[in-house]
Amino acid sequence: MRKKIFQYVQSHSDEILREWIELMRGEADERAIQAMSDHMFVKTSSEFVQLVMSNFSDSEQKFNERAIDFSEKIVRLGWPLTMITEGLRVFGKIVERGMQQTGAIDQYSYIDFTTEINNWMFPMYRTITEAYTTSWERTISLQKIALQELSAPLIPVFDKISVMPLVGTIDTERARQIMENLLEGVVNHRAEVVLIDITGVPVVDTMVAHHIIQAAEAVRLVGAKCTIVGIRPEIAQTIVNLGINLEDVTTTSTMKKGVEQALAATSRQIVEVQE
Amino acid sequence: MDSSVKIINEWDIVAARQLGRNVAKELGFGTVDQARITTAISELARNIYLYAGQGEITIEKVENGAKKGMTIISRDQGPGIPDLRKVMEDGFSTSGGLGAGLPGVKRLMDEFSIESEPGKGTLIQSVKWLR
Repeated sequence: MRKKIFQYVQSHSDEILREWIELMRGEADERAIQAMSDHMFVKTSSEFVQLVMSNFSDSEQKFNERAIDFSEKIVRLGWPLTMITEGLRVFGKIVERGMQQTGAIDQYSYIDFTTEINNWMFPMYRTITEAYTTSWERTISLQKIALQELSAPLIPVFDKISVMPLVGTIDTERARQIMENLLEGVVNHRAEVVLIDITGVPVVDTMVAHHIIQAAEAVRLVGAKCTIVGIRPEIAQTIVNLGINLEDVTTTSTMKKGVEQALAATSRQIVEVQE
Repeated sequence: MDSSVKIINEWDIVAARQLGRNVAKELGFGTVDQARITTAISELARNIYLYAGQGEITIEKVENGAKKGMTIISRDQGPGIPDLRKVMEDGFSTSGGLGAGLPGVKRLMDEFSIESEPGKGTLIQSVKWLR
């Protein structure tokens, strides 16, 4: 039976591909189609069908390699996983219908056929979804690393003065990094004043405020001063509404003012040079 | 029209906030009110994440005669709150936080109601009207 299916698939490959593309266009997720041009869709589709067919002829290892290559590609293209599982199901259906029409299977050999096609399809489902999710996981972990790299840098701007610009959402993990980098940086750069810039933090809720207060307190304990700069008017109002007490932390509206204060605190100022 | 976000992990808080901000923008809220609304959502979603484990934030547009606004509904099947009066006090916290969350949300929004039953869960509804 396996041989029969193989022969059918090989000799009707063009037909199967055409039918598959047509059916998938109808069933596929809008996202998948919008994400790519028609030409790309046909190209990727034929690659997918070829991959499925190669499962007959190639060795297991070679098939796995191809599946991984293909998966990486479609993850980049933004094809959803459902497109793949749906694609395999449609492929099976096309082969079944085609073989019924040509009379290759009848009602007696039908059970035989389904067993065989399932034996063939299920490991393939497994391999392809596994390769797909692995590619996804890899992408996500890479992004996570990239995100971590820019999460909380401490920049020495003047002697004794360092700046930590924060951009984006602060979650527990990031709050931990802020604290770590802050304390480590204060000691390494011998900073006396640290300016934490929150211009780029979209929402300051009680948790974020709590972390900032804790960070400021910790900085004070290692002998430096901490100023929060870049408090936007709407953030100031929500902080007041929330009833958060920031009295123990110095704050300014802009980085410029913060730097001026920091220089004053370390007994320095910026003067214009007389010609 | 209403839409909701399931809160299961910390990143869902960001998703709920984003949804709220978009609706607030659409309704024509100013930047200060947008900040108030997103902060309120952030508090409520974080409470779900911290205390109930999982739940749901639903955003609804509301209309009352000529008035327009939006409701934030926070629903969970968590442990519930044994003493409602206490959690509405400033500075009360069981998790070592600032204890400004719920009373803060009440001040950020125009209307606020809370129902909770120990062992069953908590339902919080709060409305912000467009001025």
